[in-house]
Amino acid sequence: MSKHVLLRHRDIPDIDKLDVYRANGGFDIFEKAVTSMEPTTVTDIVKASGLRGRGGAGFPTGVKWSFMDNDNWPHYVVANADESEPGTFKDREIMERNPFQFLEGVAIASYAVGANAAYIYCRGEFWQVAHFLDEKIAEAEEAGLLGENLFGTDYSLKIYTHLGAGAYICGEETALLESMEGKRGQPRLRPPFPPSYGLYGKPTVVNNVETLTNVPLIVANGADWYKSLGTEDTAGVKIFSLSGRVKKPGNYELPFGTTFRELIFEHGGGIIDDRAIKAIMPAGASSSVVPATDEALDTPMDYGSVRKLDADLGSASVIVIDDTVSMDWVINKTIHFFKHESCGKCTPCRDGNYWMLHISERIHNGEGTSQDVELLNSVAHQIQNKCLCALGEFSIQAVMTSIERFPQDFELAVKR
Amino acid sequence: MTKQVTLTIDNREISVPAGTLIVDAAKKAGIDIPVFCYHPKMEPVGMCRMCLVDVGRPVRDRATGELVLEEDGSPKIQFGWKLETSCTVPVSEGMVVVTDSDKVENSQTDVLEFLLTSHPLDCPVCDKGGECALQNLAMEHGPTESRFIYDEKQHAEKRVSLGDLIYLDRERCIQCARCIRFQSEIAGDPVLQFYSRGRSTDIITVSDPAFDSYWSGNTTDLCPVGALTTADFRFSARPWELKSAASICTHCAVGCNLTYNTRREAKSGGEVVIKRAMPRQNEQVNELWICDKGRFAYHFAGSENRLTQPLIRRDGELAPASWDEALTLAAEKLAAAGNGLLTLVGGRLPNEDLYTLDKLTTALGGKIGLYTYMAGGDLTARYGLSAGSNLGDLGKGDAILVVASDLEEEAPLWYLRVKQAAERGATLIVANPRETKLDRYAAHNIRYAYGEETEAVRQAAEAQFAEAQNAVIFFGSEGLGLAGSAALAQACADLLVETGHTGRPNNGLVGVWARANEQGAWELGIRPATDLSADVLYIAAADPFGDDPALRTSNPEQFVIVQELFLTETAKLADVVFPAQAQVEREGTFTSGERRVQRFYPVVAPKGESLPDFQIAAKLGAKAGIELKGGFPSLIFPQIAAEIPAYEGITYRKLAEVAEQWPIVGGGDLYYGGTSYKNEQGLGVHLALHPDGDAEPWSAGTAASKSADALLAVPVTRLYDRGTTLTPSNVLEPRLSHPFVALNPSDAEAQRAADGMKVNVGVNGASAPVTVRVDETVPAGFALLPRSMGIPLDGPTEVIIQLVEVVQA
Repeated sequence: MSKHVLLRHRDIPDIDKLDVYRANGGFDIFEKAVTSMEPTTVTDIVKASGLRGRGGAGFPTGVKWSFMDNDNWPHYVVANADESEPGTFKDREIMERNPFQFLEGVAIASYAVGANAAYIYCRGEFWQVAHFLDEKIAEAEEAGLLGENLFGTDYSLKIYTHLGAGAYICGEETALLESMEGKRGQPRLRPPFPPSYGLYGKPTVVNNVETLTNVPLIVANGADWYKSLGTEDTAGVKIFSLSGRVKKPGNYELPFGTTFRELIFEHGGGIIDDRAIKAIMPAGASSSVVPATDEALDTPMDYGSVRKLDADLGSASVIVIDDTVSMDWVINKTIHFFKHESCGKCTPCRDGNYWMLHISERIHNGEGTSQDVELLNSVAHQIQNKCLCALGEFSIQAVMTSIERFPQDFELAVKR
Repeated sequence: MTKQVTLTIDNREISVPAGTLIVDAAKKAGIDIPVFCYHPKMEPVGMCRMCLVDVGRPVRDRATGELVLEEDGSPKIQFGWKLETSCTVPVSEGMVVVTDSDKVENSQTDVLEFLLTSHPLDCPVCDKGGECALQNLAMEHGPTESRFIYDEKQHAEKRVSLGDLIYLDRERCIQCARCIRFQSEIAGDPVLQFYSRGRSTDIITVSDPAFDSYWSGNTTDLCPVGALTTADFRFSARPWELKSAASICTHCAVGCNLTYNTRREAKSGGEVVIKRAMPRQNEQVNELWICDKGRFAYHFAGSENRLTQPLIRRDGELAPASWDEALTLAAEKLAAAGNGLLTLVGGRLPNEDLYTLDKLTTALGGKIGLYTYMAGGDLTARYGLSAGSNLGDLGKGDAILVVASDLEEEAPLWYLRVKQAAERGATLIVANPRETKLDRYAAHNIRYAYGEETEAVRQAAEAQFAEAQNAVIFFGSEGLGLAGSAALAQACADLLVETGHTGRPNNGLVGVWARANEQGAWELGIRPATDLSADVLYIAAADPFGDDPALRTSNPEQFVIVQELFLTETAKLADVVFPAQAQVEREGTFTSGERRVQRFYPVVAPKGESLPDFQIAAKLGAKAGIELKGGFPSLIFPQIAAEIPAYEGITYRKLAEVAEQWPIVGGGDLYYGGTSYKNEQGLGVHLALHPDGDAEPWSAGTAASKSADALLAVPVTRLYDRGTTLTPSNVLEPRLSHPFVALNPSDAEAQRAADGMKVNVGVNGASAPVTVRVDETVPAGFALLPRSMGIPLDGPTEVIIQLVEVVQA
């Protein structure tokens, strides 16, 4: 078995070629599932493995599959490849380098929930990735691994790619579905959730690319194997996208429970110019900002432990901030992003981010006052818990925690 | 019956049907939760976040499923960690809702501040000021000062034309999407959309022509701010200057309930004038909506061109005369005519006027006839809708047939309600020789050739009607005249009788009449006039010579008396002309196509010396020695109730009765139901059926047979036609239809006619200039000519037309 579970291309050259993937056991477990396993058995294995969604929310994957409404057909599977969180770049590497494992994951998930059509929703900028996946899908179809009457059974599966039009919000699963239906990419009200009312109103599983890429090996090797990786809180492995002021940014596939210190200093080679680490954003721009204390650095990266730092692991896109960076600059960037990406559907996010940007511009440009910092914090709290979807709630995490945890940066900023 | 759920809102225990949203449950309990995006007629979207409330639910033990109790024995209530949108969450048993806590009120203030900081706050010059949801809620819940820098406010275009009728102020828009949702969910014309995103989100129109919908005005009622205004009312008055008067729309047979807003103003010479027409809620008729014709075509009453004094023909010219002189002359002619008198009445006359004219004519020994191109009202009186009927009740298991009518063009509100019934699951069958917009909601579309209507009815509906729980037929007059429509009505009535769909609520036959009170005329026993030759022709509210100039020239000796609003073509050729009052200048009743009798009230003062039609008739009677009882509509109506069985027991007081309607609108609730008016002046009363019917169904003989090879002209009805009461509306002028002939491409080619080409059509020996429209939905072999365009085509399907003298376009 290779060192990696997900980034297997790093161990096996040319695994993006179908014959190489096949030679390494590729599509065997899909064939086995289709020919000799009940769909519910597949779901049960995934459920027992403790696999949780890798897109950020961390919802148990098998449980989501089991929510599919079996009184309403057809069913759909949608792979969320709208990877847009600033600081997250793992799904792209999977799709570009280990595409068949991802596609096999899509295929197994489709079989488990009885879907005969699956869609890969790629962000608009991923048009080359989508084109590449189209070729891989065609190859798999050519080889009889996807398509009609698979492996001599009556199970058929078509996988399609679909390109978004460049909106962060379309990573939110209901906005993604709206976009796929040709409508404006704006989140729907939930409930109902996609497993009861999804694409075209039909039961739909929406899973992240990385989540699905775990599935073939879990079903092949069993739930216990997967649970043996990671921690008691969070099973398995995770691709940590490391960026910011580190010497070796990149994707690192590590077991859950690896500490921030190990990721940043061993794998990432430490801070550029060996400066002092100041803060960590564990979940990209949507993150709370965690002061890089020893306690924080020694915290194992699993969902439960990171929560104890008043932060969320999210999609595990770890952005490292050192002492050259002032937090008013950081939040100016995150606010700019969220103001740009706010879909405009709900008032707090639409208008709140507009005003947060103006205030943070003032502060960052040295034109602010301490009242402006208070106002910024107040506006963030004014947005909090009132938004229609998670984007609005994400938009204020860095703002509130930066002001709370790094007040000195803002005191300096208003004196500039 | 729906299960009832009991919950507590602000310490008040209430029971509502399961599935009710918290915001509606609160409304029923008299608790107003502020909203902007929510509207009780549309699907909730939870966008504005104004309606956030604290929601608690009883805690159940996971193992046993039993309620967990507090020490005092009451159920333990768990509140969510964040507030919930009351517009999207349905009630549940034992729920506890708090709408007035500090937490909730702070949230409301927070959301309002966001909306206000992006808003121009130009209330002093905003048309919505005084009836604005944002303004009202800001007064109630908003912060009193801004914490933001004014110069950083986002500015946007303030005068964006969304078509001819509606303007958008982008700066005022709060992105609630009510207008967009109304157009797509209710109107079925998804012509508005959001454009861009975030704070740059804009409303745009995506149709060409812009805002292409007959429902556009409703979006200005729904708009919770002053972002959408009508071209008609924009900058013309402040809401608090306006007075209100209840009325009924005169423009079609639906009978939409209206409220006219009036103002006494210097620029109108100190007169009280109508400033706008607004929908008045009647959930059994028009709900909260009116079409743009009803909203914008009220201007005729205030027109400068109204007749203001009697006219008498002297030396070949019409000249002003005193009432006494004119009445004396007309009465002499009437008294002398005997059975040589024909009184011709139009379907826009109220019941009281029709009754009085009928009495006068009978007393004089003359005949009375209705000026119309459509028959079948004797059958709708017998088999029509009766008490307890509401098109809003039709749904799954029911069937609706619409035949020979382009319902959207002829009776827009019926189009809307039939569409909604189909969306609720009613089986809709649309039978018409060409495609109409209603087709898209139909389960079955039937095409037939003009002239084969009666066979189509059979084919269309037999199977569906036998199975349907309730069934309603709307029959129109597309391509038909009196003979054809009478035959069609008979076929429809036969079908209803055979399948058991008569004599009970929500079943029956509805005529898509051209005028507001044609059904009323039939109910009073007045039948269509088929022959206008008479010694004395006494015409009220009809323009036969406008429709066919040959009628006058063929009877040069005929003495013609006309009472009218305008100097119509008919009035121009008359011997005596009396100025009649407009409907908004007096009171009376109309009987709608659904057979609902509804009252309307005086709105503005009469023009000049004009008198109501019933009074002119009474004065003529007095001159001729005939005393007609009742100087007021309220005194005439009891006579109708006493004489006409269907009206038995109906009184003006009953017509003015109201009952609580859902949704609850009006009062201070502008943010909940929009600015549609609450109905405080009467919901009207359904007529009883005329169970035995007339001894003989009214018939105009058999329609002429068609010659196979000729191109045949058929009349069709357009909403924006060139009728007497529509053309004075300047705001609608750009949208009015011009005379045209619509041809199938094959016929156009055969006639060497191209789209947009000016041609002359020859009909019955006369000819008129029109513009060619090449339209593939027109059946081959037929030429569609619009009614009320001055083209003498009075109905009967069989008219041969030739394209004569092609003029270069």
